[in-house]
Amino acid sequence: MGLLSDPNRRRALISLLTRLNSPICVVCYMAGVAWFMGLAFEPFTLRTYMSENAMGSTMVEERFPAGERALTTGREFSAHKKKAGGMPVDWLVKTMQARGLEVFTQRFSRKLPFPDENKERYMVKGTNVYGILRAPRAPRTEALVLSAPCTPGDSNNQAVGLLLGLAQYFRNQIYWAKDIIFLVNEHDLIGMQAWLEGYHHTNTTGMDWSPLQGRGGSIQAALSLELSSDVITSMDLVLEGLNGQLPNLDLANLFYAFCQKIGVLCTIQGKLQRNDWDSVSGYSHSVQTMMLMVMKQASGRPWGDHGLFLRYHIEAASIKGINSFRQYKTDVTTIGRLLEGMYRKLNNLLEPFGLLLTDYMLILTLLLHLTVVQALDLWVQLATPPPRTEDGITDKEQVRHTYYFRVLSVLTPLVISHLTGVALYTLPIQFQEMAVEQFPVSETEAVVLTAIGVYTAGLALPHNTHRLLSGEGTEQGWRVLKLVAVLYLAVLLGCTALINFSLGFILALTLVPVAAFVTPHVPKVLSAFILVILSPACTLLFSVFFFQELQELPVSFQEGWLLYLSVISQGILDHFLYGSLVYPLIALLVYPCWLLFWNILFWK
Amino acid sequence: MILSTTLEFCIFIYLLIFSFSYFTLHSCCLLYLCFDNAGQFFSSGHTNNWAVLVCTSRFWFNYRHVANTLSVYRSVKRLGIPDSHIVLMLADDMACNHRNPKPATVFSHKNMELNVYGDDVEVDYRGYEVTVENFLRVLTGRLPPSTPRSKRLLSDDRSNILIYLTGHGGNGFLKFQDSEEISNVELADAFEQMWQKRRYNELLFIIDTCQGASMYERFYSPNLMALASSQVGEDSLSHQPDLAIGVHLMDRYTFYLLEFLEDIHPASKTNMNDLFKVCPKSQCVSTPGHRTDLFLRDPGSVLITDFFGSVRKVEITMETINLTDPIKQKPKQKDWHPPDGFILGLWTLILLVFFKLYGMKHLKHIF
Repeated sequence: MGLLSDPNRRRALISLLTRLNSPICVVCYMAGVAWFMGLAFEPFTLRTYMSENAMGSTMVEERFPAGERALTTGREFSAHKKKAGGMPVDWLVKTMQARGLEVFTQRFSRKLPFPDENKERYMVKGTNVYGILRAPRAPRTEALVLSAPCTPGDSNNQAVGLLLGLAQYFRNQIYWAKDIIFLVNEHDLIGMQAWLEGYHHTNTTGMDWSPLQGRGGSIQAALSLELSSDVITSMDLVLEGLNGQLPNLDLANLFYAFCQKIGVLCTIQGKLQRNDWDSVSGYSHSVQTMMLMVMKQASGRPWGDHGLFLRYHIEAASIKGINSFRQYKTDVTTIGRLLEGMYRKLNNLLEPFGLLLTDYMLILTLLLHLTVVQALDLWVQLATPPPRTEDGITDKEQVRHTYYFRVLSVLTPLVISHLTGVALYTLPIQFQEMAVEQFPVSETEAVVLTAIGVYTAGLALPHNTHRLLSGEGTEQGWRVLKLVAVLYLAVLLGCTALINFSLGFILALTLVPVAAFVTPHVPKVLSAFILVILSPACTLLFSVFFFQELQELPVSFQEGWLLYLSVISQGILDHFLYGSLVYPLIALLVYPCWLLFWNILFWK
Repeated sequence: MILSTTLEFCIFIYLLIFSFSYFTLHSCCLLYLCFDNAGQFFSSGHTNNWAVLVCTSRFWFNYRHVANTLSVYRSVKRLGIPDSHIVLMLADDMACNHRNPKPATVFSHKNMELNVYGDDVEVDYRGYEVTVENFLRVLTGRLPPSTPRSKRLLSDDRSNILIYLTGHGGNGFLKFQDSEEISNVELADAFEQMWQKRRYNELLFIIDTCQGASMYERFYSPNLMALASSQVGEDSLSHQPDLAIGVHLMDRYTFYLLEFLEDIHPASKTNMNDLFKVCPKSQCVSTPGHRTDLFLRDPGSVLITDFFGSVRKVEITMETINLTDPIKQKPKQKDWHPPDGFILGLWTLILLVFFKLYGMKHLKHIF
């Protein structure tokens, strides 16, 4: 007889499982965390290994000469920007046309759901200007993008100047096999979103934009440039994009290889590459780098203008020039040469970049194993027949009675939790006007505080749920609910990790222990406290403080709290502006799941 | 009187012997010289030369494979094989590639010293026509009847053929165009087919790929000599990185082969043993290999120009040959037949007699 169909064997297995339930859970969890820390041993170091054959080595001769002229153009741009009080559209169009590009503009406008206090904007209207350098001999099937954002004030003038200088230099070369699009976008991410939607004929976020008059081919790669000083000491490469997506690491390795060839310092996450990951300090350094990257990915924000390209499977990265207090400075001509080399290499690309799937799945499965084990354990407990009563009621009726009651007792918390989730998703935006009238707060604060209010109100639910339900829940009832909740959590976290591994990992780290230990029989006050600490909102609060620590900018509690509020508002805005999935995920799926466990804790 | 006659007799005998010996010696000398020239002429056994030069990889970063093939093409053409006897197969067009900063050129030396594309390159199989099937059809001659002559290998049993392959290869196979492979077994069988159909006299096979020596392991037909740029388990390395163009321009083995061939001219007496020494490990990093066990002649007696050139034996003579004397010839025997008019008249006579005898009434039965 087979292993699972032999009743004796089955019973033995089941008893083994129930006995070893807790040890297995603990072991799985620890193994998962340990494996994750082990990843930091050889973390996201930029290596020189290239998987794409066409990229090859850095074997090009860079000859860009016009760094000084680029700086002059940047200064002109800055003057015209001040005069125009925004994007100097006419001057840009004229300058790009003088360099031989085909120039087009795009208007866009957007009303944010509530005012953005970080960037101080509410009704956004702007223009993007882009010029296309057509490949002299190639068919117009592919394109590369170089973009620089037009920010108000004194920043990024040098970036636009360098962009125009490179445009002029590239125009004189005959070896381009792809069109190159030079884009200057206004209102950074909003303008970029409008341009990308116009280019690809999609409209996912409800923005108003004028259609693009001119187009290149399908975009193969994009670089976004941020440069605010005449000389730099290092270049920072930013890879994290919307929803935690990363570009193909070949792009990062190519950039690193060129930095090494030209002799410019390259940093990632603001930290230099170190080779001594054997030593303790080296290891902690790499752990810090990795944690920074995980947090940035988990937030689901695009950390540079490039972040929005990744959704269209266009490999993109942002390059930031940093001027710190080192002695060795690099001038703009060298940066221009670096970009020239990169674009020359990207020109050689013959196929789109491959999709690199790093397998962190093992870590996640380890963590989630214990949820599955819990589920099995519960199933076993449920399968044991209930003790017979001494009444004369027949077994069948009793079974049916308990079955229906069981279903109702599970369905009610599920529905109510999800309704709370929906409330958390919709109420803050809908009622911001009413809140502003009633309380002396700004719209942003109203939204954020409403969200926190709804979240906290959900904590009071179990008492109300039970008042609704007639009769009492049974011993079996909470087991069924926990079974459902645990499976739900496993599926949810698994799917999240597929899209955004870091987010899935952080949620798993905090929610899986919750799933493991919560029953109605543990001490209520202590476990309620632990449950609240491990809830998504508190995880976010701690992450904010931790993130600041990692960046070596620790904050006091006041500042941290304000930062926390702004993080929530940014998260909501990201969802409405760019389609980030973190806010709906947490509000509509993770929070109800956590509420289910809260319900189980207060099961009567 | 007796003395005078004996003297005369002696002089006569002496003259006779002298002239006889002189005559025989001279004729012997002549015969000997004739034999030497003829021997040289027929020592290799071939009367014409063919070359099949194949580059199997496409894409811009495989520029060097096209440059390899074109270098061999250039040498082979320079040494005398005409385009009609060269089948050139290039899987991609580097000269007109959009990424080429110097269009219409393919360089083989960095700093753009030598343009092997020139202005008289004739490519017979280009782009996607370079497939395993087409290559094997060219070798075995099994082409559809509509194939033009320039795409055929019209060799006979007195042809010496040079076959040069380059691209990406592995242990026992060569990659064609990123989508298919030819194995060493298929190649050996193709050569056996050529031998059975008497399509070559002697064949020189050169391959410049990674693990190239595996491609000639399976040969079993006679009169094959093979050279490869690297042994099994070794990679053939590229050479000549050029920063202006942005790719490697040549492979090491063919680069040194080209250098070696630049010193060969149609009258060179360099033999195969020198060719085996091209690109030792110190220059090539990989170990070139060769195989001569199937070849009947000693490699030391095989000239480079037997395969790489199309050499006609020309003997320069300082004698004047008088061509104005009429050469008496016997009149040619011509078949004789009676003149046409006579035959016609004979038949008319017969018909008239017939109708006279049997009457005119039968005439209407005929007409």
